Amino acid sequence: MLNIKHIFFRELRSLFDSPVAYIVSVVFLGLLGWFFTSSLFLANVASLRTVFEMTPFFLLFFGPAMTMRLLSEEKKGGTLELLVTKPIMEYEIVVGKFLAAWMLFFATLLPTLVYFLTISFLGKIDMGPIIGGYIGLMLVGGVFLSLGVLGSSITENQIIAFIVSFLIVFVLFILDKILVYFPGDIATILEYLGVDYHFSNIARGVIDTRDLVYYFSMMGLALLVGTVMLEKRKW
Amino acid sequence: MSINVQNLTKQYGTKKAVDDISFDVHSGEIVGFLGPNGAGKTTTMRIITGFLASTNGTAKVEGFDIHEQQMDVRKSIGYLPEHNPLYLDMNVLDYLEFAAQLQHVEKGKIPHRIREMVGMCGLSSVKHLDIGQLSKGYRQRVGLAQAMIHDPKVMILDEPTSGLDPNQIVEIRNLIRQVGKSKTVLLSTHILPEVEATCDRALIISNGKIVANGTTKELQSQFQGSEHLYLEVEREDGVTPEIIRMQLKTIPTVENVECTHELDSSLMFKVTAAKDVDLRKQMFQFCVQKNLSLLELRREQTSLEDVFHELTMEKN
Repeated sequence: MLNIKHIFFRELRSLFDSPVAYIVSVVFLGLLGWFFTSSLFLANVASLRTVFEMTPFFLLFFGPAMTMRLLSEEKKGGTLELLVTKPIMEYEIVVGKFLAAWMLFFATLLPTLVYFLTISFLGKIDMGPIIGGYIGLMLVGGVFLSLGVLGSSITENQIIAFIVSFLIVFVLFILDKILVYFPGDIATILEYLGVDYHFSNIARGVIDTRDLVYYFSMMGLALLVGTVMLEKRKW
Repeated sequence: MSINVQNLTKQYGTKKAVDDISFDVHSGEIVGFLGPNGAGKTTTMRIITGFLASTNGTAKVEGFDIHEQQMDVRKSIGYLPEHNPLYLDMNVLDYLEFAAQLQHVEKGKIPHRIREMVGMCGLSSVKHLDIGQLSKGYRQRVGLAQAMIHDPKVMILDEPTSGLDPNQIVEIRNLIRQVGKSKTVLLSTHILPEVEATCDRALIISNGKIVANGTTKELQSQFQGSEHLYLEVEREDGVTPEIIRMQLKTIPTVENVECTHELDSSLMFKVTAAKDVDLRKQMFQFCVQKNLSLLELRREQTSLEDVFHELTMEKN
């Protein structure tokens, strides 16, 4: 546990010391702010629906961008050799880095609370979907970021890491939108695998264990594969 | 026994990078791991440190098996990988702290250990700078400092002086010798004077096999076939190189004589003696007897360089 903490804090510091974190956050918030304000007065409803609808879509790009360098840079620079020859397990490295990226995503979401404050002055808000929405966003973010860590673990090239992660999260994202092309049984399975399907449940304010199991097992699986990719050098 | 390697083999496809090697490094010894590039030095070190796994065979570090007790092995080793990878965006103090944390140095002792390393490795003038801003020599010191932060019993250094300028090389060698007083050091290099300057013993590896093992003196004498003398005499009228050559050959301890240079004013000979015979006195007397003016008399012994060359070239 202690090792995870050390990796986490080093990574977090490195994220916030470099311009990457700020660029990603500012661009993300800029885009989201544009979509939020441009539709707010047209819809005339005091809700954060735009935030919850657009963020998973933006995360398709921003998730892989936040995570692409996490492991690939260590591979390329040779610092991975320093890390793994210390008394530390590979999974501790992977988990520590993933948590740092998750933290960055959390920090990026924080300023959107300003929207919440704004609309709370404008009208009566239903709290359930908002709390559920934020929890859901963190979970979707967790899945996308863990898959980003996985993409970063397979290569020392950041661009390849980005593209691979993007492809994986893109498939998960569109699964519940292409169900019409599949027969019933398969469609049910695919729907369950889709990230957005579970998100829409939680965003309604209903926190179901089935959805939580889905999110956490996706994260666990992605990080497990990422760990195996780091151990692959020993085969 | 500090490091004990038993029948270690590492196979990549059909090529054996390390081929069934065994060797020991005793506590407190500084051993140079010598070999041409691609001989298997780095692979061997990476297996010992746990970065790679062996195909066959095992090794023990401070009594801990590299397969069974990996975490204990890693705690006993201070490792400086090849090319000295560092986090360029961290400053020196933060980096040393991070290294100490990962090596499970007690929290209360970390500031003290960092101060000690900064002093020992001469980092006090750069300790607040980012590692990316440092020169190569300073980076190498940071690499050594992180490797020693937990006061390990064993140091494994992969080409610790590569890419440094001559002054920096001397500094790093001094540091290694100083460290070697209390620790076991295994360092790899392809620079021969380095072994002569810093190590108690050398292991020469070629094509994944250990081809020689001993102190530099032992290796020199072991591979010393014969000794050469270079003799230069003034040229005199009526004396041809052939005459001198024949005369030299009559000396019983002389095995072979060659005339290497025929200059206008002088003649040079390469005289090969039988093993373990010092011919210098006889050569001088020979010149006196024959009334030749001796211009130069030079003895050449087998250097470690020759040993290395002989051992690693013949198979390639």
